[in-house]
Amino acid sequence: MKYIDEYRDPAKVKTLLAEIGKVTTRPWVVMEICGGQTHAFLHHGLDQMLPGGIELVHGPGCPVCVTPLEQIDKALAIASRPDVIFTSYGDMLRVPGSTVDLFTVRAKGGDVRVVYSPLEAVKIAEANPEKQVVFFAIGFETTAPPNAMAVLQASRRGINNFSVLVSHVCVPPAMEAILSSKMNRVQAFLAAGHVCAVMGYHEYAPLVEKYKIPIVVTGFEPVDLLRGVLSAVRQLEAGVAKMENAYERAVTFEGNQPAQKVMNTVFQSVDRKWRGIGTIPQSGLGLRPEFGQFDAEKRFAVGEIVTQESPLCIAGEILQGMKKPPQCVAYGKQCTPQNPLGAPMVSAEGACAAYYKYHRDVANG
Amino acid sequence: MDEIDFEGWTCPVPIRPTDTVILGHGSGGTLSRDLLNRLFLPELGKAAPRALDDSAVVTMDGQRYAVTTDSHVVSPLFFPGGDIGRLAICGTVNDLAMVGAIPIALTCGFVLEEGLSFELLQRVVRSMEEAAREAGVFIAAGDTKVVQRGGADQIFINTSGIGKIAEGINISGANAKEGDVVIVSGTIGDHGIAVMSAREDLGFETRLESDVAPLNHLVAEMISAGEVRVLRDPTRGGLATSLVEISEQSNVTIEIMEPSLPVKPTVSAACEMLGFDPFYVANEGKLVAFIKENDADKVLEAMKKTKYGGDAAMIGRVIGTGRPQVRLKTAIGGTRLLDMLPGEMLPRIC
Repeated sequence: MKYIDEYRDPAKVKTLLAEIGKVTTRPWVVMEICGGQTHAFLHHGLDQMLPGGIELVHGPGCPVCVTPLEQIDKALAIASRPDVIFTSYGDMLRVPGSTVDLFTVRAKGGDVRVVYSPLEAVKIAEANPEKQVVFFAIGFETTAPPNAMAVLQASRRGINNFSVLVSHVCVPPAMEAILSSKMNRVQAFLAAGHVCAVMGYHEYAPLVEKYKIPIVVTGFEPVDLLRGVLSAVRQLEAGVAKMENAYERAVTFEGNQPAQKVMNTVFQSVDRKWRGIGTIPQSGLGLRPEFGQFDAEKRFAVGEIVTQESPLCIAGEILQGMKKPPQCVAYGKQCTPQNPLGAPMVSAEGACAAYYKYHRDVANG
Repeated sequence: MDEIDFEGWTCPVPIRPTDTVILGHGSGGTLSRDLLNRLFLPELGKAAPRALDDSAVVTMDGQRYAVTTDSHVVSPLFFPGGDIGRLAICGTVNDLAMVGAIPIALTCGFVLEEGLSFELLQRVVRSMEEAAREAGVFIAAGDTKVVQRGGADQIFINTSGIGKIAEGINISGANAKEGDVVIVSGTIGDHGIAVMSAREDLGFETRLESDVAPLNHLVAEMISAGEVRVLRDPTRGGLATSLVEISEQSNVTIEIMEPSLPVKPTVSAACEMLGFDPFYVANEGKLVAFIKENDADKVLEAMKKTKYGGDAAMIGRVIGTGRPQVRLKTAIGGTRLLDMLPGEMLPRIC
């Protein structure tokens, strides 16, 4: 496949690995922010090919994992209504709320549909004027612009039976939350390439400055990932902290400005609860008041649903990089992708699911 | 940020839905197996041999017969390269062939939704006739039920089949041995992606065709070329699920070389875009075989001469016993495990 194969080239991978091995003299802890990067590392078996001194810890960048339980409970309540067509990205369907998941709501008669784009949900609303069509608008800055565009289109075209259940989160506040923790072990970040493609990377400069930590914009193919690691390790070994871009083919300093504009037209910063973490101030996006009529929480009066999460799984420590999935006593035993005890085991991008799927006992074998 | 207590980071313990059948129970992966083990086998499987191959083998008067059944529900009914009729015949013929049986006869049961046009039904039935002729089987019996509008989605077809197993042939998922060579009969993932691209809501266009085909003639050629120990058609759940099943049935470690796997560029590209892995995408005209090491070249050569085995390739081997797992050597030289499909195959968020 053109534009992919060259970034999976075994010869280039070998060269980069050798270079990383050459520059690494001490152990380093590097966090990849994005769940997509976690999966890519494990999918290609790259994590085991890195020099032993480099420890990868897996960040909170899995949108499915960090969507709070109460938002899922709200989704379940709305999706169960007979007058509603509930639309969502595919992997949200398997995430359990307090009682069931969206699959079960569908099995019991709820009209729950997987869409590839929120604009499809707008089309469904147009085609079903007698129904309320709700889109579950979750994710980081990557999914925010298309979700904002859906609201904008519905608004322009007067499609009033469309609404969104919003649970957007932003990367930089989560990175700051990790860095400001006394327990923090992370010494360098691989920033999430897709998020940076939208947002650029200017917003990380204050973090680099304040915490003296290398941040490298990193892509998702083996060559991209290794270039990110190499750049981070070089900085660590040299004792410097800079913002670098190792994903130049997709990311510019300013990012995708038309996308940012659409996003800012529809959304504003809000405090947001992260599943397994708690509320982080100004860490999410919510609808601006002028688009309040598209807010599904108001339309279906589910804003009051508050769910307490029960502290029986160590997802918080996993998401912060303090522990690896196999260090959890439930991992692979009581907690599996078929019977997840926590969100990181549910999502295709969750760290626990990635370990379960690709690893389990390769290391011991 | 001081108010955030990282040590107190928690994760919910959700309740697993256990009282309802969900679509994932039909996906051919671990949820399907759960349902089988938890509900069907304890009630209905008491007297049955537990081989869990694609067909059951029963012996009557010293002659072994393969028996199997399969229900077909596909949307849309017609997709590039095939339709529900061809699928219904090939599915059962292939299940018989996967234990080395020569298919003798099939039965078919139709569940039709009120309002279905005769023209459409006739197209499906003609396609069944063509597939049966190609496979060399005849339809010995049939049944029709009609349900109210909304009671079914246009047409559901069940086919059952019986086949004869010649003396000396012993093919089962439990027969893989150390050293065996793993061969696939062609490119993987074609059917799943072709059907998906035909669904109107995806806005995804490709000229890819489903691989749906009867494999009994291919199997006959393979058996006469060398010692075939395991055969399986990786339908729902894909190649990965079949390999994991075989590793468990035979209690062996299988190593697969990712670069040897034949995948059409269109399928790879579609999988990249949709967030799927070709290892989990359904096939309807492919098989995976475990061949005795010394016979592998001869069998591969024989396969390549057949209509449906032209792209056959060796993709791995059995590297050990006592530890049931499937290891994948990735294209860049890494290693990871291949697991079964957990539930319904879901497109990724981003």
